Amino acid sequence: MAQAEITGDTMRTADGVPLKLALERALFRSRLRAVMLVLPLFAFLLVTFVLPIFDMLFRSVEDQIVADILPRTVVAIEAWDETSGDLPGEPVFEAIVKDMAEGRKNKTLGRVARRLNYEVSGAASLFRKSGRKAPKITQGPYREKLLKIDKRWKNLDLWNLIKREKGDFTASFFLAAADMQYQPDGSIGMRPENRQIYVHLFGRTLWLSGLITVLCLLLAYPVSYLLATLPLRSGNLLMILVLLPFWTSLLVRTTSWIALLQTQGVINSFLVGIGLIDDGDRLQLIHNQFGTIVAMTHILLPFMILPLYSVMKTIPPSYMRAARSLGATPFTAFVKVYMPNTVAGVGAGGILVFILAIGYYITPALVGGRTGTLISNFIASFISGSTQNWGLAAALGVMLLAIVLALYFLYDKIVGIDNMKLG
Amino acid sequence: MKRLLGSTSLALVAAFAMTASAQAVDLTFVSWGGAYTASQQKAYHDPYMAANPDVKIINDDSSAEGLAKLRAQVEAGNVTWDLVDMVAADAITACEEGLVEEFDPDELLAMAPDNTPASKDFIPGSLNPGDTNCYIPLIVYSTTFGFRTDMVGGTAPTTIADVFDLKKYPGKRALEKKPIGNIEWALIADGVPGEKVYEVMDTPEGIDRAFARLDTIKDSVIWWTKGAQPPQLLADGEVVMASAYNGRLFSAIAEKNQPIGMLWDWQVFDLDGWVIPKGTKNLAEVKKYLKFGTDTQRLADQAKFISYGPARASSAPLVGNHAELGIDMKPHMPTDPNNAKTTLNFDYVWWADHRAELDERFNAWLAK
Amino acid sequence: MSSLPPYAGPLERSWFYAYRTICAAIFVFLIAPIFVIIPLSFNELPYFTFTPEMLSLDPAGYSTKWYEEFFAEQSWRDAVGNSFFIAIFATLMSTSVGTVAALGLSSPAMPFRSAVMAILISPMIVPLIISAAGMFFFYTRIGLASTHLGVILAHAALGTPFVVITVTATLVGFDQSLVRASASLGANPTRTFFKVIVPLILPGVISGGLFAFITSFDEVVVVLFVGSVEQRTIPWKMFSGIREEIRPTILAVATLLVMISMLLLTMLELLRRRNERLRGLSPG
Repeated sequence: MAQAEITGDTMRTADGVPLKLALERALFRSRLRAVMLVLPLFAFLLVTFVLPIFDMLFRSVEDQIVADILPRTVVAIEAWDETSGDLPGEPVFEAIVKDMAEGRKNKTLGRVARRLNYEVSGAASLFRKSGRKAPKITQGPYREKLLKIDKRWKNLDLWNLIKREKGDFTASFFLAAADMQYQPDGSIGMRPENRQIYVHLFGRTLWLSGLITVLCLLLAYPVSYLLATLPLRSGNLLMILVLLPFWTSLLVRTTSWIALLQTQGVINSFLVGIGLIDDGDRLQLIHNQFGTIVAMTHILLPFMILPLYSVMKTIPPSYMRAARSLGATPFTAFVKVYMPNTVAGVGAGGILVFILAIGYYITPALVGGRTGTLISNFIASFISGSTQNWGLAAALGVMLLAIVLALYFLYDKIVGIDNMKLG
Repeated sequence: MKRLLGSTSLALVAAFAMTASAQAVDLTFVSWGGAYTASQQKAYHDPYMAANPDVKIINDDSSAEGLAKLRAQVEAGNVTWDLVDMVAADAITACEEGLVEEFDPDELLAMAPDNTPASKDFIPGSLNPGDTNCYIPLIVYSTTFGFRTDMVGGTAPTTIADVFDLKKYPGKRALEKKPIGNIEWALIADGVPGEKVYEVMDTPEGIDRAFARLDTIKDSVIWWTKGAQPPQLLADGEVVMASAYNGRLFSAIAEKNQPIGMLWDWQVFDLDGWVIPKGTKNLAEVKKYLKFGTDTQRLADQAKFISYGPARASSAPLVGNHAELGIDMKPHMPTDPNNAKTTLNFDYVWWADHRAELDERFNAWLAK
Repeated sequence: MSSLPPYAGPLERSWFYAYRTICAAIFVFLIAPIFVIIPLSFNELPYFTFTPEMLSLDPAGYSTKWYEEFFAEQSWRDAVGNSFFIAIFATLMSTSVGTVAALGLSSPAMPFRSAVMAILISPMIVPLIISAAGMFFFYTRIGLASTHLGVILAHAALGTPFVVITVTATLVGFDQSLVRASASLGANPTRTFFKVIVPLILPGVISGGLFAFITSFDEVVVVLFVGSVEQRTIPWKMFSGIREEIRPTILAVATLLVMISMLLLTMLELLRRRNERLRGLSPG
């Protein structure tokens, strides 16, 4: 930009500033300019998006309920040796009686009762019943009096739980999300078989997402090849058949599949109409895994076709012709020459579809039934469903997000985020 | 983390709080939507707004997420709701966690026409479920069964055991996607006397027995999550029988003339009513509304639009004919002696203790 | 494979037709579900299937009553209003911040470019239920839950990645010397921006804006968590309608939405052709 002249042994601009410095300044200015341009969006996303997510996920480990609501108890219980096999001593019972009386007065006892009941069934009614009577116990012996109110205070699991959860942080939600729990001896082990569910659900989510990705690939490959090799004009025309579903509302497409697949829907009525099946035994095509797989494959298919197409478009047709002229059969030429060139597209489309599939919520919620719902549906139900457990929802969310981000990282390494193409 | 976020957001709060108009009072009432909100609108809100033109009542149909959203609002110290419609079990939880206001019913609620105080006029115990003092019960509803009269092959099902009998009544059933209610019914179908159900459920063997019974029909069940689904599934012929709220079945039968019959055996009674969110900005207005909205006539009026029994004894004789159809509503009430031969009351305390554990087991059972 | 060479043998010939048939079937799978709801939405009876009257093309089997019901119902009209209001403001917000950011990202001087890019694109990648849950708690705390502004901000955040991607794509190969040329001819930066940069990136901005619009217009998970009944949008009504009382009105709405997406697609296609013509890539 500025004229340089040689003065002594350093290059200087016309203003006499050393060239190196001037360049650095110019570079700094353009850097600053770039950063300032990006900053508004960065700040915007930080406040509206990133911070809320971190804040929510923090609930998976943050747990101050026991410390906040039973402050005396958590101090007194320090002295109790949980390995002794004995009940805590009189001071602990005195502390919990006072904490309960205060918690009842402040209307906070219900919170700690609900928290403890996640892990020790019966804690809810135990605290409710004892809390009601606690204000009347004004002098010792506290242990005797409390045990008289309810003998479940003898349950060592409960005292172990209080001692374990007295801090500000907890591992309980992550353990629950991995189908694990603390054993009576304080070690970590699996939950009883009939209560294990989340590992199975993650497995199902990954398996269904993988299956949907493979189905998308199988359907997308021939179509993308056709689109990429057709003359531009007819290729563009057929492309509309891919873009229209891509631009059509998710709910519209899900509604269509409900109309098609339900027992009284189009496909079943057609099959009954042509006499292939009896009116009495219509096929169950929806509200199960089949429904989820079909609808999600349809919805995600364009996300596979578009990246594949854009890669295939760049492969010169002369490659195939060269292979043929060298004596390869059409099949060999296709497998040995063409397919290796499309690996980048397969990777891009595959990862994208997989990432989108494992986080799906709406479609499985509407067509998934008992066997076709995914982990997202459980996270939603723990946040606002009939049994709420926000800590567990956050822990499941962290695990889901970790998988997604790992794949996103992989995508960035393989494809490069810059190369993401839309429509 | 939370405190930090809280303080940075204060400025935003202040900016947006200004936008609320100060002219008239907007009251946001949260309820279940559909026919139920409509019945409240016609019986309570419309007459109240006619008498108080400065009050505007906005219906928010979020009761299905009522407890979750209320908890989030109270935790955030930013309550935007004024009354929330809840079932008794959720109201107990909300009250014990300090999410809702406590009150003295005789002070807050209107007397019966004969000057009986509210505490004596409401169904015994309904004002204090689980020994709480936060609940304003409006209706008694029941969860019971409806069946397709044209799909049961001539003999209508009469007992809860028929629901679990695939040989006698082949075809799909719809049940609610949660353990509450289904566990009890499975045990009764398995031969446990209704009065002993919770005793049996207190033992691990009892729970195993209930799941074993549910196993026998698992593959023939469509699980519903919203009250409007089961009548729809019945109307579409997707299922032969379905558990549902009795008012929803009534409207399918009487208003839409669907070929649906009622199976009242071991219907489960529950209450539905208001709670006042702690921290509502319009407490005085809400109290004024409640004095009017929960009086004897208003509760009886609601039963003209939907077949749920009023929660006040003095309202019961005033229940008359359906406002539009003109049919006598009494035989459609779950509390009618002909319908209430065998009934079950939810044991809220039992479920509060075992909900977390059994939901997990139920979900695991469903997923496999 | 786009056409059969004259020397193709019988095997190759039959494979060619088989391949074409497979592709046709896949196209049918892609498009048929979208078109099947259009005739169904004119069903006289409240069923989700073709009645015998419809199949025999009896006019009595068809009716526009579900459309009438849609236009008559206040809650649907409110939903339409909310959907457009929220989508338009979210689009304006995400397009403006997104475009500016894309300009910065396209500058070779941008430090930590790929890391920053990864963060800016993440709203597209993070599972919606996690975004929605986070926003639900956070927006409740700052008083934005159950407000139009809250939903607009949330949707704007979800829409920005599309704007960033499309605008940076048009800036690839953008010749920086054009800016210098403009400056050397005496234009100030503002004038350069509007006279040189904007015309060049406009197609990218518009298509990014269309993506942002459709993202908001279709979005349901975040509205369900962040919004309340006052912010009820068309997808919300459809979602709760499907879950609760599934009526053919939903098919009528779906048909109207298909029309809207056709319109958007046409706009995008015209934009693309214009762009290609300007760059001299397309035969027209």
